[in-house]
Amino acid sequence: MNMISRLLASALCGLGLAALSLNPLAAAPGDNVIKIGALFSVTGPAAFLGAPEAKTAQMVADKINAAGGVDGRKIQLLIKDTAGSPEKAVALARQLIEEERVLAIIGPSTSGETMQIKNLCEENQTLLISCAAAEVIVNPVAKYVFKTAQNDSAAIAWIYRHMKEKNISRIAILTGNDGFGVAGKKQLEDAAKAAGLQIVANEVYDRQATDLTDILTKVKSASGVQAVVNWSIVPAQSIVAKNMRQIGLNVPLYQSHGFGNRKYVEQAGVAAEGILFPASRLLVAHELPDSHPQKAVLTAYLKEYEAQFKEEASAFGGYAHDALLIVVEGVRQAKSTEPAKVRDAIEKLKNFVGVTGTFSFSPKDHGGLGLDAFEMLTVKDGKFTIYKP
Amino acid sequence: MDADNLALQYLLSGITKGSIYAVVAIGFNLIYSATGVLNFAQGEFVMLGGMIAVTLAAFVPLPVAVTGAVLAVTLLGCGLELAFFRRLRRHSVLHLIIITIGLSIVIQEAALHIWDEKVRSLPYFTGNEASSVRWWGASISPQVFWVLGTVGIAVLVLHLFLRQTLTGQAMRACSAQPEAAMLAGINLQNMRTLAFGLSAGLGALAGCVISPITMTHYEMGAPLAIKGFASAVLGGLGNPTAALAGGLMVGILEAASVSVLPAAYNDVAAFAVLLLVLFFRPHGIWGKPAGQGVREH
Repeated sequence: MNMISRLLASALCGLGLAALSLNPLAAAPGDNVIKIGALFSVTGPAAFLGAPEAKTAQMVADKINAAGGVDGRKIQLLIKDTAGSPEKAVALARQLIEEERVLAIIGPSTSGETMQIKNLCEENQTLLISCAAAEVIVNPVAKYVFKTAQNDSAAIAWIYRHMKEKNISRIAILTGNDGFGVAGKKQLEDAAKAAGLQIVANEVYDRQATDLTDILTKVKSASGVQAVVNWSIVPAQSIVAKNMRQIGLNVPLYQSHGFGNRKYVEQAGVAAEGILFPASRLLVAHELPDSHPQKAVLTAYLKEYEAQFKEEASAFGGYAHDALLIVVEGVRQAKSTEPAKVRDAIEKLKNFVGVTGTFSFSPKDHGGLGLDAFEMLTVKDGKFTIYKP
Repeated sequence: MDADNLALQYLLSGITKGSIYAVVAIGFNLIYSATGVLNFAQGEFVMLGGMIAVTLAAFVPLPVAVTGAVLAVTLLGCGLELAFFRRLRRHSVLHLIIITIGLSIVIQEAALHIWDEKVRSLPYFTGNEASSVRWWGASISPQVFWVLGTVGIAVLVLHLFLRQTLTGQAMRACSAQPEAAMLAGINLQNMRTLAFGLSAGLGALAGCVISPITMTHYEMGAPLAIKGFASAVLGGLGNPTAALAGGLMVGILEAASVSVLPAAYNDVAAFAVLLLVLFFRPHGIWGKPAGQGVREH
């Protein structure tokens, strides 16, 4: 080996070492980035939630960074795919907290996953802004845990109020056997009692169900069913609508806010016409008057998302949009990236206009949304529109 | 709706589900008979059939799309046999079964990357999502007739093929007595490739006709494979007619259990019956005990 090559070799080694030693420095706290973790089920059964959420989060982060970051500090967003599995969510959350030392985690997409990592985040004082809906996430309140999706109970309140107006008193409840369905089933049952509604059929189906005519036959045979409530987030929502019409069960069908995805309407085709469901205003942004406080935020989000990803935006992406912006707003207000200070700042946020609704947090309320975060929607000519009696 | 019509409605629902399980079960049997391998990627053929047909349907008329999808998946089935099983023939059957599980995961992931996580479906062959046919007081989607008709004809054609044609008889010979078949000049390896192709094509065809009802997405294969396998075992492995009966039985059992038990228990009911049958007849209802020509068409 001659002199030159030896020199080159040693120089390369030196460079390699320098690169190695630089890396941990980049991750050290106090550096010029704000590390935010994101857990979304980009693949797996809840992919229809996680995929738009991950895309949205990345889009929002890129936009903030392009505009100079948060008070001059760039956001480093670390998106991990949980594939909808609570076990994976726990492992990835540990990695984000212990190795990456993130300020906050946004996500996970589902309630089951969120509940698995709630305590983990609380113990490690890492902010968790969940994009899942179940009320148990923020009730009882955990100091570091917030959520951006509307409460299930608010959706149920909308549905039952609507039924009262239509003099419906005997209902059937269908729920999926995933976390969303199980939590919803209990709340639907409890709230029905309070609302004076009688549940004459109550069935749970598999989240991978492919045909529900047997279950709907049972519903049809229950005497005097005046309406069906279907509570799930899976594609079976379209199957319920189709099968109901096919077997001639012609009563109003109410869906949960999980129906807020045009894909489901497409899949159900003409059977989707007339389905009633409470949902965020994102789906009907064009119908809102210009004076509505959310109008500007909604139109901006829709335009950017659809321009960048060439697909229609769903309400789910909005949860991630709001989660990330709430963390950013917390950092701005606190003028710090100390978790405790950011947390306090978020808890004090009032009238923060997001895609999902207008958030006002308090020490007792880490959900921040009221009943008004919903609007009763229906499907007309294959499109979502605000329900008008 | 009176009790009779209700029973018919449940029965029809069961038969619809059951006919799909039956197709998957027949696919299991074809490959099992020819090679002794249980192909757990069978459900993936159904998924691929639906996915490819949906993609093609955007460009060509529906019948062409369905034919194209079935041909493509048939070729894929043959290709898998050539690429993996022919080369690995020396390994034990258990190894080969594990390879099929691996293949099913690979195909699923590939489908996720080629398409995406969204559900899609073919249009209804006749009518639309809300149309239904009244029949003896029960209402059914016209697509159900398409499913039953297609599956029925496919099974009939397969049966005739295996019994009446020379190639079909050669295939049966291979499964009954491989060594003797080889001595008689039958190319055993080509017959195995053909079995894979047939079973893949059959799965793909089923995937196309059920797509409007059940919708197609990348993860739909695994649950179908499990139910189809259960149907094949219930009927008796190695017997395609028994697989048909087994599939229908599992479907009808599921629907019947819904009528009396909460729907959440329908899998439990189906598998409880399967276990019971296996306790008393370990080789399935119509299967022959091991050692007595288990692998016969």
